Amino acid sequence: MIEFSGLSLYDAVFTAAAGVTVTAALGVVLFRNIIYSALSLVLAFLGVAAIYFQLNAGFLGVIQILVYAGAISVLIIFAIMLVMNRPAGRTNLTSPRTREVFTGGTITAMMLTALIAAIGLSDWPKTVLLKGADDTVGMLAELMLGDYVVAFEAAAILLLVAVVGAIILAKGVENK
Amino acid sequence: MIGLPHYLLLGAVVFSIGVFGVLTRRNAVAVLMSVELMLNAVNINFVAANKFMAVGTAVGQLFSVFVIVVAAAEIAVGLALVISIYRQRGTVDLHDFNLLKW
Repeated sequence: MIEFSGLSLYDAVFTAAAGVTVTAALGVVLFRNIIYSALSLVLAFLGVAAIYFQLNAGFLGVIQILVYAGAISVLIIFAIMLVMNRPAGRTNLTSPRTREVFTGGTITAMMLTALIAAIGLSDWPKTVLLKGADDTVGMLAELMLGDYVVAFEAAAILLLVAVVGAIILAKGVENK
Repeated sequence: MIGLPHYLLLGAVVFSIGVFGVLTRRNAVAVLMSVELMLNAVNINFVAANKFMAVGTAVGQLFSVFVIVVAAAEIAVGLALVISIYRQRGTVDLHDFNLLKW
């Protein structure tokens, strides 16, 4: 493993991916143009995919890129284009009620503080060295079609019902 | 050396950004995007905990796959609802969504 000044390559990759993810996530909630927000969301998804790859979860990283950065972001951008009814620069405004923004910010700050305190005060197992790639695809396949096959089938039914429901909802009901 | 707490910290920060977005945005699509951010933060935690605390198994990753499935279903139905409401009310501003009030 390449080491430079105590920072291994893994650490450098994590730092870069985490920085991209957090910056892009901030962009999602802070851009005033919702198209920029959506593109920023794609970047955040790719940053999370990089984190997965860095954690040796290659299959999940590929799924993340295919499903999130590919399918879901295209769906979101299509929906944005279908429902735009004002200039693009004013599509993603903060709530005009300052009390709402203040309450939201306070709740978020309190939750983040509590989470950071909980993470900092807990005892975590000693860091295991990230070794070469595990056979995650094989392990996932055995779990998915073995112990968790009922959940797998339920997820399949959920997806089918959700797609049919989405089509019916978006198509609208004809009044007879 | 990067350990489990760093990943959990990243998850906490991304989740908080998502919560902030849900609480303060007024565009319904932006709220859905913030929900996606929160689900991603949860997935980071699952995969990291799997890597550091359940070495040699893939249960955490399996849960992440299921979270992704549910997120895909949620975003599809959510966006369909937004489009349906937009057709009725001509707006996606959450303050104008009061169809269930009488």
